[in-house]
Amino acid sequence: MLGYIDKIKEISKRLLDEGRVDMVIGFRKGTMPMMNEPAFVKTPGEVSKLVWDSNCGINLANYLTDRKEKIAVIAKGCDSRNIVTHLIENKIKREKLVIIGVPCKGMIDRRRITAMFDAEVREVTEEGDVITVKGAGFEKKLKKAEILQDNCSTCIHRNPVLFDELAAPLVEEQKGIDRYADVRRIEEMSPQEKWKYFEDLISPCIRCYACRNACPLCYCPTCFVDEARPQWVGKSQDPIDIRTFHFLRAYHCAGRCTDCGACERACPVGINMRAFTKKLEKDCFDMFGWEAGISPDERPPLDTFKPGDPGEFIK
Amino acid sequence: MGVEPGRLNFSWISSAESTKFVDVVKDVTATVKALGPNNNFKKAADKVA
Repeated sequence: MLGYIDKIKEISKRLLDEGRVDMVIGFRKGTMPMMNEPAFVKTPGEVSKLVWDSNCGINLANYLTDRKEKIAVIAKGCDSRNIVTHLIENKIKREKLVIIGVPCKGMIDRRRITAMFDAEVREVTEEGDVITVKGAGFEKKLKKAEILQDNCSTCIHRNPVLFDELAAPLVEEQKGIDRYADVRRIEEMSPQEKWKYFEDLISPCIRCYACRNACPLCYCPTCFVDEARPQWVGKSQDPIDIRTFHFLRAYHCAGRCTDCGACERACPVGINMRAFTKKLEKDCFDMFGWEAGISPDERPPLDTFKPGDPGEFIK
Repeated sequence: MGVEPGRLNFSWISSAESTKFVDVVKDVTATVKALGPNNNFKKAADKVA
């Protein structure tokens, strides 16, 4: 994926030179290894700071809502699906956007890599499918396929669904992937076991809302957790308040979540909150055959009614 | 989530269907009573902000 960057820079420079966009949103190198950060490039001279590697897991669709300028955005498969969701929800106009599609082979899981070593990881480089991790007194080569983020290893939409420019040839989609093995395991639990499972899952939560802030779906001007009149949910660290936050946030993402993994990636304590959103994603697929963000011309199942919609739960 | 089946109910009742409303309410109350108190979603009094 390293080779993409020349093309990305070339496209970005051309778009800025021609004045077709006011800004390119991409990635630049972060101050820490495996932590690339969003970059907002406004002049052709700044294009050189753009980077592309396996640490670009942040979802750039998050930075598109309610902008006035013309924007070129670099989009992986998941980002492009979130852009489609924004289009459907009227958060941005298609003509304001130039989408630079990047066929993606997955992002690496920095948490898993950090956990592998006792000492601090100081440098992570990649060549092809080999990731080299360096730190004080150690150097190790790892296979990329083994250290992918969870959501990337089960991803079936690596190619952008919507794009104007393409930074590289489309990649082969993963086939025969069982996306929902983890969800089924939870579904099989008894109510008590489920309660315990989620209690353990969210027990480290400090309610910093990093998951919400990193999520492209969470663009409400005032989030329900910040509302004081009425106060929908307590603002304390009480386990019930934490749980209410997590599962209500997940419900707000129902039929919209693309499983981009931005929430999990942003979490400072490493909670897999995708356990909530993925169940809803699975239900949407099972009940309505719906995958979020595939086409801007189709309305999502939660704002349409079809006679065949499942309704057995209504007595 | 760990909410027991039966504790959450959905029903579609017209304002003209008063008898259905009564039946559903009776039915739901009976189911929930059988399940007992829901202690899961209860905050301890001293912790409530």
